[in-house]
Order: sequence, then structure tokens, then C-alpha cells
Amino acid sequence: MISASQIQVIFRDQQAAVLDQLDLQVERGEFVTVLGPSGCGKSTLLRLIAGLQPLTSGRLEVGESEQPPQLGFVFQDPTLLPWRTVLDNIRLPLELQQLPLEQQLQAARQSLQLIGLSDDDATKYPRMLSGGMRMRVSLARSLVTEPDLLLLDEPFAALDDILRQQLNEELLAVWQQRQQTIVFVTHNVSEAVFLSQRVCLMQSNPGLVVDEVEIPFPYPRESALRGEPEFGAMVQQVSDRLRELVT
Amino acid sequence: MSAGRQRWKSNLLPPLLLLVVTLLAWQLLVWLLDVKPYVLPAPGSVARAAIREYRDLLAAVWLTGKAAGLGLLISICLGTVTALLFSQSQLIRRSFYPYAIALQTVPIVAIAPLIVIWFEEGFHSVVLVTVIISLFPVITAVTTGLTSIDQGQFDLFTLNRASRWQLLFKLRVPSAVPYLVTGARTAAGLAVVGAIVGEFFVSHSLTHRGLGYFIQFSVPNLKVDLLICCVLCATLLGVLMFAAVSLAGRYLLDRWTAEMEQH
Repeated sequence: MISASQIQVIFRDQQAAVLDQLDLQVERGEFVTVLGPSGCGKSTLLRLIAGLQPLTSGRLEVGESEQPPQLGFVFQDPTLLPWRTVLDNIRLPLELQQLPLEQQLQAARQSLQLIGLSDDDATKYPRMLSGGMRMRVSLARSLVTEPDLLLLDEPFAALDDILRQQLNEELLAVWQQRQQTIVFVTHNVSEAVFLSQRVCLMQSNPGLVVDEVEIPFPYPRESALRGEPEFGAMVQQVSDRLRELVT
Repeated sequence: MSAGRQRWKSNLLPPLLLLVVTLLAWQLLVWLLDVKPYVLPAPGSVARAAIREYRDLLAAVWLTGKAAGLGLLISICLGTVTALLFSQSQLIRRSFYPYAIALQTVPIVAIAPLIVIWFEEGFHSVVLVTVIISLFPVITAVTTGLTSIDQGQFDLFTLNRASRWQLLFKLRVPSAVPYLVTGARTAAGLAVVGAIVGEFFVSHSLTHRGLGYFIQFSVPNLKVDLLICCVLCATLLGVLMFAAVSLAGRYLLDRWTAEMEQH
């Protein structure tokens, strides 16, 4: 689904490269997390894949056919439009792609259900929602186009631990159901281990993927997995590797 | 009920008490020090002047209010359209924006006589002066609102291949509404100033007897009581305009600031 080789990104107003000689392969239907310290260019990598950030040099292929894949993107902030209701926020991507209104609403309601929001929530405005609910709406919005590729940029970083765990489980349930390719950026080791099949470790200055760790736990992964000793050992192993990279 | 009474007690009572005390002290000082009425009339004589001249004063407030209101309305429309143009073309914005800011600093009293010379005396000239003073806060506020949109929301629109028009009407314009309300509020206060200053210069014809006319008429005739009435009326008018815009703004911004308890 994604094939990146020798990627280099230099921002216009900076000398040093944000990403340099970065390689990344993601297969169709895979759930990959990108883990790294703050400021290592994780977000830039994701924006690059989404086409929001131009490439300085290197080769990047996203999608398998001639047609670019349908993309879903979840930002760090919910980025909901405050003047629109929850349902109108969710259907926005389809509205921008100028689908018929009936189709927009139907897909938005489906997405709403998929993410476990009630019809009651649909008519509310973002201000009336808690942080966790807003993030759910943001997630529902990214799923409304039924994307082949879902990109998430530290979506749950601002939430408390329990809420983050819940949303992790919900995201896995969505993935099991829809089987889309997911690239999930985070700086939380336990989150990365819990979610993905493969963790890509990034270093900073310049940002590049230096190591990959396969996570062997079978799906569906339940909350209880976090209590298993193997899970703890895996988190420890990835943490140690990450610490080596930072120092 | 008791909460309302509590609020009344803590919010309204102290300033009202202060007002009464001030008025009494003023009356007393004028009596005790024997201040001449052409310097400072007692509040009693101001009140008498207000009652004596209330028809003319009300008519003046209405006329000035009409000019200020119309001018404000034109400013809001014209300012928004200008800002829309600015938001769509870097070239237009770069060329005109510095002048828009510079014109804001030109004192209105210096421009008003020019306007009256060019456009002749009358209601329309007063409105024009009002527009000139109240237009620029709207332009700058709305331009800021249209151009400083949230990066994440912008990315969201880009990702979904939004057209230029979708970006303008589904993101930029709604984002700018709170800015428009702020700009309009500033403009509302300025509009009253503009109308009165405009009236200073058209008052010779005696066809336009607004508050500006009465202020000009009171000074040479040493009618300080009437002058104070005019000041109070102008203040009241300013507060009214400001409140009207704020209220309209709150209605407009209802969605932006919707609280938890609303359904």
C-alpha cells in the first residue's frame, strides 16, 4: 500500500533535513505504528503519505492502482467545525467530494454507529461534547469515506489513559471489521504494542526509520492483553530499543 | 428568583447608588460654591433642559441614530465584501491592505469637511463620514478571520480535494463570523462618533438637526445644560448601538458558543 525509499524532506526555512534516507514499506491491510520521540518527524512522514507535504527527494508510492487510494486522516486535534453538528461534521468529506446528500447522510449515520455514538449525539454541536467524544467524532469522520488507507497522527495523545485504552480497542474493532490499511503515529510505547502488527521505530535529527519490531500477539486483542506478562516484556523490549535511539 | 435578586443586588445596586450619590454631590457643590450655570449647571437644570427640549432632542437622537445605523450597515456589508476580495487575491490584499490600515489612523475631523465639500451638505454626507470611520475595523477584522484559519481544518479540506469555493464558503466564511462580530462591535461605537462629527459640518444648512447640530448650537449660546443633555444622548445612542450589535452577534454566534445545557 505504501512504498517509500530514500525519502528526504527539507522545510523551506530550515537547513537540516527533517526526514532523511527514510525507508518504509506497508502492505495492504496491515496495521503499522510509527513510534519515536517528539520532533522526530513522525507527523511529517504522515503528512507526506497523505500528500499534504511535498517531497524534497526520494520515491514514494501510495496505493496500488493508478487511482490514488481513498484516504482517511485523523489529526492530533479533533479539528471539528464548531458551527456544524456532529452528523454534519462527519459527512463533511463526502460533501466536499460532492456526493448526493442522501448518500452523505446514510454513510455518516453508518460511521456514527460504527464508532458507537448514539443518534442523540448526532444533533449536538462539538462544544457540547467531551474531549473523548470529540475524538470519536473525528474518527467517525475519517471513516465516512470508507478509506483504503487510514492515517492517524497521535489522535489520543491528549486523552486520559482509560479513555485512550477504550479508543484503542474501538479502533481495533473497526480495523477488524473494515480491514483497511492503518498507519498510526504515536509516542506511547504501550499503545503501539497493543495496536499494531509491526512497530516502526524512528530516530530524530534526521528522522528515519531505524528498526522494526514485529508484535506477535494474535487478534482480536482484548483489554486483558495489557495484563499479560508477555505484553509487559514486549513493551519493555521496545522501550529499551527506543531509549537506545534517543540517547 | 432569589438568584435573580442576588444578581440585582450585587451587580446593579452599587452602580445605581454611586449614580445617586454623585448627582446629589454635584447638586450640592453647585449650590454651595455658587457655580455659574454657563460653566456647570446643576443636575436639576440639566433635567429641566432635557424636559424642555425633549422633542428636539429625541428627533436629533433619531436622526443621528439613523445616520449612524445606516452607515454601520453599509460598513458591515462593504467591509465584508472587501475582506472577501482581500482573502481571494494576495495581489489585491498586498496592494490595498497598507492603505486600509493607514486610513484608519487619519483623524475623521480632518476628513469630514472634505466630504461635505465634495458631496454637499445633507444626510448622505453624514452617512458617508460614518462609513469612512466605521469601515476599516470591519475590513481588518474580517480579513484576519478569513485568512487565519486553523491548519488542521485547512488540511482536512485539502485532503478531500475541496475547491477554492468550498474552502471559501464552507471554511473561511464561517471561521470569520466571530471576527465579523468583533469588528462590527468596534464599528458600532465609531459610527456614532462619525455621525456626530459629520453633523458638525452639515449643520449650517439647518436641514439636518442631529445631535451634532445641537452640540454646535449649544456652545456659542452657552447652553451648557443642553450640551450635557446632548452628551448623555450621544452616550446612550452609542451604548444602544453597541448593545444591538452585541445582541445580534450573540444570536449569530449561538452555534459557536453553544453550552452543555442546550439541546
